[in-house]
Amino acid sequence: MLAPETTALASFRSVSYASAGDRLLSDIELTIARQGITTIMGPNGAGKSTLLRLLAGLLRPTSGTLTWHRPAGTGQIETAFVFQRPVILRRTVSANIRHAISPLKLPDAQASRRVDAALSDCSLEHLRDAPGRRLSGGEQQRLAMARALARQPDVLLLDEPTASLDPAATNAIEQIALACADKATKVVLVTHDAGQARRLSNDVIFLNAGRAVEHSPAAAFFNQPLSQPARDYLAGRITITDT
Amino acid sequence: MSEATQALYLAVELVISMDAGLVEIVLLSLQVSLLAVAVACAIGLPLGALLGIARFRGRRLLISINNALMGLPPVVVGLAVYLMLSRSGPFGVFGLLYTPTAMIIAQTLLVLPIVAALSRQTIEDLNAEYDEYLRSLDMRLAGRLKTLLWDGRASLATAAIAGLGRAIAEVGAVIIVGGNIDHVTRVMTTAIALETSKGDLALALALGLVLVTIALALNAAVEILRAGAERKLHAGA
Ligand SMILES: Nc1ncnc2c1ncn2[C@@H]1O[C@H](COP(=O)(O)OP(=O)(O)OP(=O)(O)O)[C@@H](O)[C@H]1O
Ligand SMILES: [Mg+2]
Repeated sequence: MLAPETTALASFRSVSYASAGDRLLSDIELTIARQGITTIMGPNGAGKSTLLRLLAGLLRPTSGTLTWHRPAGTGQIETAFVFQRPVILRRTVSANIRHAISPLKLPDAQASRRVDAALSDCSLEHLRDAPGRRLSGGEQQRLAMARALARQPDVLLLDEPTASLDPAATNAIEQIALACADKATKVVLVTHDAGQARRLSNDVIFLNAGRAVEHSPAAAFFNQPLSQPARDYLAGRITITDT
Repeated sequence: MSEATQALYLAVELVISMDAGLVEIVLLSLQVSLLAVAVACAIGLPLGALLGIARFRGRRLLISINNALMGLPPVVVGLAVYLMLSRSGPFGVFGLLYTPTAMIIAQTLLVLPIVAALSRQTIEDLNAEYDEYLRSLDMRLAGRLKTLLWDGRASLATAAIAGLGRAIAEVGAVIIVGGNIDHVTRVMTTAIALETSKGDLALALALGLVLVTIALALNAAVEILRAGAERKLHAGA
């Protein structure tokens, strides 16, 4: 078996996050593998989006440490975030994508190729010159996905990316996520869709009331969840937790 | 025919025939005010944007001062610029008093607080909306400013137009530093103010008509911009 440093991408060591006195995440102990798709599940308000924000560096742990493991000789680990509620800039669809990659300072031709590829991956070609804010909810979510893909990140953080997509678009995004994982892009996915989680996940982290109550290989998680909250969640029962 | 109706006929005639004297005054007015607004935007937009996104001590105070300066009476600005540019003033050596340049300087100072305050508000709101996304892109300050200024373009254009409205309609500042010299510094408002008292009612009225038309056009432009921005807002909800 390989040493953890070569298989682990990031590790949380007793990470807590509090905002304005509320503990949103408590004592998180997790190791995120370098490969594959890791899915985060859990009821509303469990802290899934907060955990992704920590991974993206948008929030810092209030205590504990989040460590990234970079193989020697590789650069900074780049993340791209598809937010639960995407912010669409007041410009066209293609200009939104071009803006997202502008910090990468690519040569013009290369930037254009990336924009085109992202548009086609997310089936947005016919909308390339439409104002981004006029798109439907699902189209905006696809645009957010296209912006993230164009950055060609090491880690793709997807916060419920198919929550308002039709079945075809959902399937397209799932194929993109799988293709990314095949090309050694790490994908961390938040979803409430158990079917999607089954189709895509290598491993599942289950969050409940700010705690990581379970982290198992996907098959094991769906066959036999270890924790009561996960069993309740998958069975569609409301979990009553006292925090 | 009363004196007033006769003057009005003459005025309409002046406008329709594009009287050379009238056109000269209108063009100088537009030139002075447009340049003043351009300079005020070049300084005020980035300054307002910085004030909108930077967090530093004394920021609130600066914003209050900025807001207060919006209500500065034009005659006071004119007086201050006069003192700066007069022979004995610190910039007297440039001999700028009673030139169009002096009028541009005065109107720039008049418009600058408006542009800065309105752009500060626009950029601050937009920054709150975009902040997390821009941080996730690793945007640096320059990129962030550029993003916000471009995406705020509809509101910022409104700010510029509001500034132009104030500049083109004010008389207090330009009359003090310009002096209403025929063919040199005579603009619409100073001409109206002084020609009326000299009895050239026709010219004053003609200029008044042009000025009102410009003011209405500017208001219409603001309305169109606002309607456009609102349409986008609803589409983006
Ligand atoms: N900035 C903040 N300050 C205080 N509380 C916050 C803040 N952001 C989020 N919260 C709270 O933290 C909790 C977890 O939020 P989070 O967005 O991580 O939940 P989630 O698991 O993503 O839920 P959902 O499935 O609804 O998206 C929620 O109760 C929320 O109200
Ligand atoms: Mg969430």
